[in-house]
Amino acid sequence: MGKITFTMSKRILKSLASGPATLRYPHEPAKRYEASRGHIEINIDDCIYCGLCSKNCPADAIEVSKDDRTWEIDRFRCIICNSCVEACPKDCLSTSNVYLEPVFSGPLKDRSVGPEPEPEVKEE
Amino acid sequence: MTGRRTVVPFGPQHPVLPEPIHLDLVIEDEKVIEAIPSIGYVHRGLEKLVEKKDYKNYVYIAERICGICSFIHSLGYCQGVENIMGVEVPERAHYLRTIWSEYSRMHSHLLWMGLFADAMGFENLFMNCWRIREQVLDMMEETTGGRVIQGSCKVGGVRKDISVAKLKEMSERIEKTKADVEEINHVFFDDSTVIHRTKGIGYLSKDDAYHLGAVGPTARGCGVAIDIRKTGYAAYPELDFEPVVESGGDCYSRCMVRAKEVVQSADLIRQAIEKIPGGDIDVKVKGNPEGEYFSRVEQPRGECIHYLKGNGKKFLVRERVRTPTLTNIPPLVRMLAGCEMADVPVIVLTIDPCIGCAER
Repeated sequence: MGKITFTMSKRILKSLASGPATLRYPHEPAKRYEASRGHIEINIDDCIYCGLCSKNCPADAIEVSKDDRTWEIDRFRCIICNSCVEACPKDCLSTSNVYLEPVFSGPLKDRSVGPEPEPEVKEE
Repeated sequence: MTGRRTVVPFGPQHPVLPEPIHLDLVIEDEKVIEAIPSIGYVHRGLEKLVEKKDYKNYVYIAERICGICSFIHSLGYCQGVENIMGVEVPERAHYLRTIWSEYSRMHSHLLWMGLFADAMGFENLFMNCWRIREQVLDMMEETTGGRVIQGSCKVGGVRKDISVAKLKEMSERIEKTKADVEEINHVFFDDSTVIHRTKGIGYLSKDDAYHLGAVGPTARGCGVAIDIRKTGYAAYPELDFEPVVESGGDCYSRCMVRAKEVVQSADLIRQAIEKIPGGDIDVKVKGNPEGEYFSRVEQPRGECIHYLKGNGKKFLVRERVRTPTLTNIPPLVRMLAGCEMADVPVIVLTIDPCIGCAER
């Protein structure tokens, strides 16, 4: 019994010296690592609107429109599984390791509109 | 002389229960005569979704059956599909799967040990268990990108590799975690508070455990040496280990089994890191599954079965998951008969109930 008390008190002393083991979130930012899956980002300039990301999305969170040149993601549906990033043929999608801020209500949709296509120059 | 019998409802909302299960406790004075369980509060219909999702995408749903054994669920599912399709998974992927499975087991058991200490009213021990668990979760996030939902298993292998430098760092850090766990285990094994609340409580005999279909630590705590890891899936055949078995059959034995298994898991991770071969981590899977398969995996709570059936289309026809909690409920009812009312929370926790899993 005496030995047990000693084990726990050693731990108490260690904890006193090292400070709390928890983070004071949200005053301190959440822990993140290089591999952490925070949220999906798109570089819309490179997008060819092929729609492969949308087809591979297990949560049906992505909508792509070739006519309107838009790429839209529903952040509430997205499960940040990385499938779209793996499927993208132009590597314009990426997973950022920054977690998005908590929100109170939805919908939370991010819409990216691509640049106007360059007018085709007709050779005469 | 028999006293008057009263029925006391226990759950679905109860401070000790993280998830909803309802027990009708028939009590006489303070003694429980009979416990009548009922489930059905968190049914999500996940099995039905297999008919609507591409079999490769269903992995994400399989993983979400449970928030604690998430990786092992996805492993069980992928293993089933691979066996139907005759896909040969690279050796390195097997090892990586084993490493992540064992991390899952460590984090699940440490979580349980914390909850168990909390059920006994030992708050300090609870906090210390969860502090150690954080080291395991950090390791998971660093290697897979997710804390509890890893998303790193896929049909045909795994989606992420671990670099040699990272593996070396992992084997060093796992030794530190193991030392911390051993320090905490010492309290679980020898502390008079823990012994007082657990020894001789919730007894289940070896025969009952076997005949009522107990699995995992619940069975091993009664002296039944069943461990599905010994059937040799993933990289387990190449690793040296023996199932942890205790013969007491009471809450203390079940706690001992889990506490020892955390140390064993740390040891298995170290072994796997030492033996991991190089090479690819996945193979390309073409075609659709046709046939059926029973995939068995050992989860932290016990044996889990994924039954899969495909008909050559991209949607599977049927998936049936039998989770360990479901089979551990009949043994729980047997343990509760004859116990004291005050011991019910502790006994219920010793089967490590995961109702989200059981109802899917």
